Amino acid sequence: MPFMPVKFNLQKRVKLAQGLWMIYWLSVIVGILIFSLGLFFKVELRKRSEMMDNNESHLVPNLLILVGLLAGGVSAFGGKVCHDSLDPVKFAKWKPMLKPYLLLCCGFNVLMLFTALLCFLMQFAVYLTLAEGLKNSIKFYKDTDTPGRCFMKRTLDMTQIEFRCCGNNNFRDWFEVQWISNRYLDMSNDLVKDRVLSNVEGKYLMDSVPFSCCNPGSPRPCIQHHLTNNTAHYDYDHRIEELNIWSRGCREALFAYFSSMMNSIGASSSSPSCWR
Amino acid sequence: MALMLVKFDMKKRVKLAQTIWFLYWFAVMAGVLVFSMGLFFKIELRKRSELMDNNESHLLPNVLILMGLIACGVNAFGGKVCYDSLDPSKFIKWKPMLKPFLMFCVGFNGLLFVTALLCFVMRIPLQFTLAEGLKNGMRFYKDTDTPGRCYMKRTLDLMQMEFRCCGNDHYRDWFEIQWVSNRYLDFSAKEVKDRIGSNVDGQYLMDGVPFSCCNPSSPRPCIQGQMTNNTAHYSYDHYTEELNVWKRGCREAMVSYYGGLMNTIGALVLLVTMLEIAVTIGLQYINSSLSSLVNPEDPESESEGWILEKTVGETFTDIMANMKAMSKGGKVEEEAEAGVATVS
Repeated sequence: MPFMPVKFNLQKRVKLAQGLWMIYWLSVIVGILIFSLGLFFKVELRKRSEMMDNNESHLVPNLLILVGLLAGGVSAFGGKVCHDSLDPVKFAKWKPMLKPYLLLCCGFNVLMLFTALLCFLMQFAVYLTLAEGLKNSIKFYKDTDTPGRCFMKRTLDMTQIEFRCCGNNNFRDWFEVQWISNRYLDMSNDLVKDRVLSNVEGKYLMDSVPFSCCNPGSPRPCIQHHLTNNTAHYDYDHRIEELNIWSRGCREALFAYFSSMMNSIGASSSSPSCWR
Repeated sequence: MALMLVKFDMKKRVKLAQTIWFLYWFAVMAGVLVFSMGLFFKIELRKRSELMDNNESHLLPNVLILMGLIACGVNAFGGKVCYDSLDPSKFIKWKPMLKPFLMFCVGFNGLLFVTALLCFVMRIPLQFTLAEGLKNGMRFYKDTDTPGRCYMKRTLDLMQMEFRCCGNDHYRDWFEIQWVSNRYLDFSAKEVKDRIGSNVDGQYLMDGVPFSCCNPSSPRPCIQGQMTNNTAHYSYDHYTEELNVWKRGCREAMVSYYGGLMNTIGALVLLVTMLEIAVTIGLQYINSSLSSLVNPEDPESESEGWILEKTVGETFTDIMANMKAMSKGGKVEEEAEAGVATVS
């Protein structure tokens, strides 16, 4: 007993072939869309790869690119077959390869659903990579003279300005690292010597943040230094001051950005597989 | 002797009509492009209107929007006429309005050319508006509690960060104004009282710049305060320090941004003008070739097409004569009326 049989006459067959041909061409366009979404995601990951220690996984965008290309090719072939099905002479040459082609299509649909699922799941991996990468970035902020890390300061400053965030979890992360290079510290100065000796690792720590943490929406000029010292600034209470610097951490900001991108890509690539 | 006479047979006429129809649809898209460029430019001006004292001239984007809409309409109509020109029965109904339509097209092309020129010329008033607006913007930087100006600080900070510039002409502009609000100055402190007493206007001036002037590419953390005091910072010489703050002035940055935008738009409008001239000439050929059939009953007969029926000089004298006749005709009518009035 065949599964879901339907009676067809010539008119119905022609209408079916035409409808399917139209859907196949739409699928080609959707394939191109998925390909470009994968490309866009790859470019975005590359842009911020420094923040992720250069070891972020490119699995998802590569898979999206592959799936997009395959979808385009498979749909174009399917459209050609549909077009030829109206002419019995032309259809005869496609008939033998139709069964393996349909099996391939089934497998391909499964792959597409799997890719969409991966888009949603890989967000955890991105989160962990970001946490590790940002921690190292903050550590290497001061190394503007070390080859391979000399642009870390600029990248981190631009990221904090663009994503409106400060530090890894919050701005206090900057209090725990030395973010001023030793080249700009006067080691003969008593103040500097005191600070350096005041901790085990001999780091110059201070309760200050870089300028890129400053919030332009603050009504007063940015207070970057002596953030926890209320008496260092007139009419300042660090416990209630909210607009001075960005209160969000960069890991949360970057993760929100990437996760919303991955969610929308996953949603838009799972719907075409339903059509197919 | 007609201007640029070309012989046409049926096949050539059909080819011409098809090509010009295709070009007309291209021109419709070009009209949409001009419209969207005008819209984009208007939005860009609106975004930064605070920095231009809210009195920037919106003439250019409004003209572009209008021209874009008219271009779409005109080209769509022209395309329809071209399409119908292949069918003599349909073409008959368009024939009477074709001459005024072509005159209108010529006038419209002239206006487009003027618009393109305007794009290049309007840069100069924009420069003055920007200079004035930025100077005021900096003066009102500290007024974050004054209604109507409370967002000036944020706008100016965001602009300096985005355009990578500092101050009006350079960063020293910030040394000449008070950019810290009085609410955050401790007037009981001796240092503050000294600074305020040291100048005629009683302003708190200092050799510091806001954080938005900082250059992220600098290898050292940003030096914002006491910029001209070499001893205040270790290993610092303000004469040779280049990467610390942005060196470019914001007026120069904004002028080059808007100037580049206007140049691009002007160049594109020139291209669109040339396209419009081409389609107008094409339509004139179609019109003239269909009205000069050797055998009017046979649509497949040969014909001639031209841009002007007579030479340029003769056409000009004809137009002058027509205008004189029209004005004379008007005068005769007036005299007749006056005569009637005096008689009665």
